[in-house]
Amino acid sequence: MAKVLIIDYEKCTGCRLCEQVCPVKHEGVTNPARSRISVVKWENEGISVPMVCQQCEPAPCISACPTNSRSRDEELGSIVTNYDRCIGCKLCIVVCPFGAISLDPITRRIISCDLCGGDPICIKFCETRAIEYVDESQINKKLQRAAAEKKIESIRNFTISQTA
Amino acid sequence: MNVRCIIFIISVKLQIEIKPIPIKLREMFLGGRGLDMYLLYNHIKPGIDPLGPDNVLLVSAGLLVGTLAAASGRTNIAGKSPLTGYLGRSNMGGFFAPEMRWAGFDHLIIKGRAEKPVYLWIQNGEIEIRDASHLWGKPVREGEGIIRDELEDKNIKVLGIGEAGEKLVRFANVMTGIKNSGGRTGMGCLFGSKNLKAIAVRGTMDIKIAHPEDALKYNERVIKDITKSKVSQVMGKLGTPFIWGATNSQGLVRCRNFQLNQLENSSDIEPETYEKFITGWASCFGCAVHCRSKYVITEGPYKGTYDEGPEYTSTCTWAGETDCRSALTIHVCNHLVNLYGLDTLDTGNIIAWAMELYEKGILTDKDTDGLKLKFGNDKALIEMIHRIGKREGLGNILAKGPLRAAKKIGKDSMKYLLQIKGMGQLNSDERATPALALNIATASRGADHLSSRPAIDLYHLPEPVLRKIYGQPVAYDGPLTSDYRDYEGKAWMVRWQELLYEAVDSLGICKFQTVFLGPNLPNWDEWSQLIYLNCGLELSPLDIWNAADRSTNMERLFNLREGLTRKDDWLPDQYFDQPTTLGIPGIRGLTINREKFTRMIDEYYEYHGWDKNGVPRPETLQKLAINKEPSHKL
Repeated sequence: MAKVLIIDYEKCTGCRLCEQVCPVKHEGVTNPARSRISVVKWENEGISVPMVCQQCEPAPCISACPTNSRSRDEELGSIVTNYDRCIGCKLCIVVCPFGAISLDPITRRIISCDLCGGDPICIKFCETRAIEYVDESQINKKLQRAAAEKKIESIRNFTISQTA
Repeated sequence: MNVRCIIFIISVKLQIEIKPIPIKLREMFLGGRGLDMYLLYNHIKPGIDPLGPDNVLLVSAGLLVGTLAAASGRTNIAGKSPLTGYLGRSNMGGFFAPEMRWAGFDHLIIKGRAEKPVYLWIQNGEIEIRDASHLWGKPVREGEGIIRDELEDKNIKVLGIGEAGEKLVRFANVMTGIKNSGGRTGMGCLFGSKNLKAIAVRGTMDIKIAHPEDALKYNERVIKDITKSKVSQVMGKLGTPFIWGATNSQGLVRCRNFQLNQLENSSDIEPETYEKFITGWASCFGCAVHCRSKYVITEGPYKGTYDEGPEYTSTCTWAGETDCRSALTIHVCNHLVNLYGLDTLDTGNIIAWAMELYEKGILTDKDTDGLKLKFGNDKALIEMIHRIGKREGLGNILAKGPLRAAKKIGKDSMKYLLQIKGMGQLNSDERATPALALNIATASRGADHLSSRPAIDLYHLPEPVLRKIYGQPVAYDGPLTSDYRDYEGKAWMVRWQELLYEAVDSLGICKFQTVFLGPNLPNWDEWSQLIYLNCGLELSPLDIWNAADRSTNMERLFNLREGLTRKDDWLPDQYFDQPTTLGIPGIRGLTINREKFTRMIDEYYEYHGWDKNGVPRPETLQKLAINKEPSHKL
């Protein structure tokens, strides 16, 4: 079953190690402009949000591509680009609702997260686990449990206030 | 490795010169602080006025900045200090230095003086000088926002000064982002003297990693080693304020301007109580430790204000020295110094000194314009920060720095002043810890805890462990003792730490990720690996040690040239004459012993290859190949 990157921005400390290691793995350099994951920040409020391809289904970038160069890797579920077909029209960048596709300033190619072929390098460096690589069936489980906890809590509080 | 460039700017009439940095200089001085020290000695003429156009401002990135080395985001700033008149330098975290490297530059040398406020805009190898009159008077964080808007790029990183730097407060900071500060020695004042409000950078150029696959693997391991150490875990939960628990409980802090060495009834300023303000933790560039608290003030006139910090130093200075034992006050003061761009330590120190002068009657209501400047008066403390930042009333006198202020105030004020080489020190009490006392007495930038402090001396580590740490990369078989009250072997620890910090600042890595607070953290061997894997340079641990030794000697040469003598490597009289009164039984009634301390300094000089006057011997300089300085290779 496919796995996906999920992000909990509240855990992000804004260190940008994910941006740092991504281009090293892909291009052998550090350069955030060539990273497939980017940390968007509001420094004056202390907010950092890592942004990366959500591997949408159906994906706007696949639909919008006039040369059919964006497609889904069936095994990993990741969206990949066939550079033999890509004409660099940048339509995919424009239609992506997350701004997760960018143009590599050095190679002038479209880049987006390819999940490192199933072994994402960014998660190995995320100390607070703001980025995790989880089975897609598990995406909602944590949220579900957290919501359930809240529910129990509110019922308990209600019962206590009734008896008191 | 990439041969990175350097620029020269004469800011009266903008002239730019870009030169590559020769590999030979890299091998000799690495980068960052090390190479800055070489440039400083070569580009500054002796005896110049620190606030005049002849002073030179250096801004640089360390050798490993922006590579895969953990926490490699450090910016170094240097010049002749407006505070002390000797060596001025500062090393800071944040995100500026890596961005500067992606913009194509490692070292900036800024000369001259602009006629009106300007900022520099550096992008992918291009440099432009821009008007900054609309930024004047604004805090760095606000200025950063305006620059980002006008240049239409939210990823621009800004290094700049606040109102204090503009108004030439002698201990003004340089800042980047919300809280990252280059403090001590008044580098913000130097910016202000050049009418330079800020430097803005943005880069999308590559930094090539020499051996990417191995570098990733190696770095993953090093980061794991760092994050699994106890000290990193505590730092990630409490920040540096955790140190307060250890030092105050023993009686190793300085309270009420050195009147006491322990703060009693301090429950509101223990690190755990800060949690009521904390909303999360933030990291500097590439750091997995995240020791910077994000907080929102929840009560009082500053309710709802967001800021970051405060550090251990802030606890000491705002609560210990001034005796305002309130977590709220600490967080408010931290916010204010961040807005003005003031050094938290120097500001708190000098206010605490003024408080004692007020209580002793040396300063009166006339001097303070009616402000009751007593210890424990939080409101007066906060008001004094404003006055120093704006240079109003007594604040205008204190803004001149300790020695100038004491001269101006006169009477007995000098008697109560704690300073070394014109700079106040961290609010720790070193009377019980000769090693730490030697550190502040001999540090190249004045009383300073970040230059050579063997902080792990406080941990009572067993001798074999100390031997393992301090016995490499050069052999050492002299004495080493676990008791921090001892004098034996401590000079070597100070010497070793001094070179370690010199190296870490030259590489551009954070001190908290080496042997500063954690004995097991990476050092020489790991750095040698990191340099090879990231930069492709083959430097052995001993080569790095020698490079650090070289820069340390350059710092000494600079200070000697400015008139420093052995007399300046000395402690305030209080350390020798006034015994400690509080703390755990083992440290009560202690002073530093003059004779033993003199011997320590002799030993310290000897380890450096310096003579009895603290002057490097010709053979020392020859061995390090710096006997022909200034050489102006760059």
